[in-house]
Amino acid sequence: MKSMDSFVGEFEKAEWSEISKTIISADRCKIERALDGEGAGGLEDLAALLSPLANQEYLEEMAQLAHQLTKQRFGKVIRLFAPIYLSNECNNICDYCGFSMGNQIPRKTLSNVEILREIGILKKHKFEHVLLVTGESSKKVGVDYLYDSIKVLNEYFANVSMEVQPLKEDEYQYLISAGLHAVLVYQETYEKKSYAKHHLKGRKRNFDWRLNTPDRLGRAGINKIGLGCLYGLTQDWRTDSFFAAMHLNYLEKRYWQTSFSMSFPRLRPCEGELNPVVDLKDRDLVQLLCAFRIFNHELELSLSTRESPTLRENLLPLGITTMSAGSKTNPGGYAGNVESLEQFSISDERSPHEIQEMLRSKGYEPVWKDWDSSYQCLAKTLPKDTVLLDKADSKILAVS
Amino acid sequence: MSGNTDSLKLGDFEFDSRLFVGTGKFESGQLFEKSVSASGSQMVTVAMKRANPNAQDDSILDFIDSETIKILPNTSGVRDAKEAIFVARMAREALQTNWLKLEIHPDPKYLMPDPIATLEATKELVRDGFIILPYCHADPVLCKKLEDAGAAAVMPLGSPIGSNQGLQTKEFLRIIIEQSSIPVVVDAGIGAPSQAAEAMEMGASAVLVNTAIAVSSDPVAMGDAFGKAVKAGRMAYLAGMGKVSKKATATSPLTSFLS
Repeated sequence: MKSMDSFVGEFEKAEWSEISKTIISADRCKIERALDGEGAGGLEDLAALLSPLANQEYLEEMAQLAHQLTKQRFGKVIRLFAPIYLSNECNNICDYCGFSMGNQIPRKTLSNVEILREIGILKKHKFEHVLLVTGESSKKVGVDYLYDSIKVLNEYFANVSMEVQPLKEDEYQYLISAGLHAVLVYQETYEKKSYAKHHLKGRKRNFDWRLNTPDRLGRAGINKIGLGCLYGLTQDWRTDSFFAAMHLNYLEKRYWQTSFSMSFPRLRPCEGELNPVVDLKDRDLVQLLCAFRIFNHELELSLSTRESPTLRENLLPLGITTMSAGSKTNPGGYAGNVESLEQFSISDERSPHEIQEMLRSKGYEPVWKDWDSSYQCLAKTLPKDTVLLDKADSKILAVS
Repeated sequence: MSGNTDSLKLGDFEFDSRLFVGTGKFESGQLFEKSVSASGSQMVTVAMKRANPNAQDDSILDFIDSETIKILPNTSGVRDAKEAIFVARMAREALQTNWLKLEIHPDPKYLMPDPIATLEATKELVRDGFIILPYCHADPVLCKKLEDAGAAAVMPLGSPIGSNQGLQTKEFLRIIIEQSSIPVVVDAGIGAPSQAAEAMEMGASAVLVNTAIAVSSDPVAMGDAFGKAVKAGRMAYLAGMGKVSKKATATSPLTSFLS
């Protein structure tokens, strides 16, 4: 679909090479204007903040501003979530992913009982926000499986997000009716040639289908959409990031009742290993985080356990609002399944409790619950006088 | 709560302090408790979206002395009237209070309150026996309609929530205060004690502050500063503010020949 109802139309009007030139050639004047105006110049400011010169000479100023803006909007709190991998089945061949169909690994899709085991462990760790993750196999992990899984997870958690294969608009509506709150769908890269090079087989090869997924989600009325690039697939990470920001801008205007998050995953070693085509340095990651915070003061910025403990702690004040903790990236991983292979290796292996204590020692309050899916589901259906909480429970009601 | 002759009457309560405080964005419950204590506030608002009936620790409620401080649950995060009504009933059951700060913001970016949904939900919840304090735009007509719908107070915004921009809506707040028969609590955007004092000098009944206290480097001192500013502003309002004039008074009147 290339109509005006989707991002593809806008995407095709943008010239990668022109944007790349604008970013590379940004001068002091443009960078300082972006900093003085706290990013009020939108994409033009972002281009300057993503420039090599900003990286070399303005990183500390960017960090200070990003810190101030984040504190102002979000306060001294960090939301915590855990991914819950339900399946590593996948029909795609992607040269960077552990779940890729060509990899000879044990495949696993969790049954309801196995999901309950995972839930039991995550509940002990206090998690209320979970991210359901699968590979992309519409036959083995179809919409009905996802619907049932969301229903089960919703009984135990306040907030369920999802990162699976792109779906149709009516399928998203169906899953939202089960209590789905947010969907993460990273484009991986906005550079079409790189995209084709790394996505070798399967439905994921269809660049436009993936690119229009957030439009379908917006039309379906989802609460939150997560965007991002996977760093390591495309040489020119600055321009790739700029396109992600264009995408965000477009979506924010069109789906004004939806909120957005952005992540900056760097390619990690995995089975069937691909050496990243670009090494995104820590300094570059800092620049990205700060540039996006200055570009969009309200954007949720999320950081996974892909990054090391030391780096995660140092990135905290620069704009991060959400973190995963104690993650396992293989199906059944929390209950101790070691047979199914993980999607990528994690770096920060600290337990959720250790992450909580680390946050407190840094002057941040961990937030375990920040929304309740029952608002969106039950509000529509419950009769007026329904008792919503057991009175005995109300005495131990806690607000974290 | 009061022997004070200038207490604020709201619902069936009287408040000595005209400063209300939000509980979000603080780095810890302990710091929140100390800063509320320093501010002298007697009412704090708590987001139900962060309420967790299962958790047994980490509760901000553990840091609120409900003997001296009234808890005002709020519906922060809801997108429409139905969700707000659902959360209101949940709050009533969970916190055993029929007081509610009603906030409905379908726009997650600037958190602008939805005037239509807010009015609808106010009507429904008042019918259901709630004491409703609706967060709304500084729209004089909307505020009168909320009053007619039975709101216990109106809470118009000074500027976008969390922005610290102060009273950008000053002229409209002035009209709202002039026309209102119920308390007017200026909510959102107050970023400095001087701005809180300004709202009180204009005749606001109270102000609600969160971000400016919570994200300060010293929230306890900032709580104290806001408490004092609100008192000073109120005293100035009661004492009668001098008229502001753009002109100097002429020393050589042009019409003195008539007398």
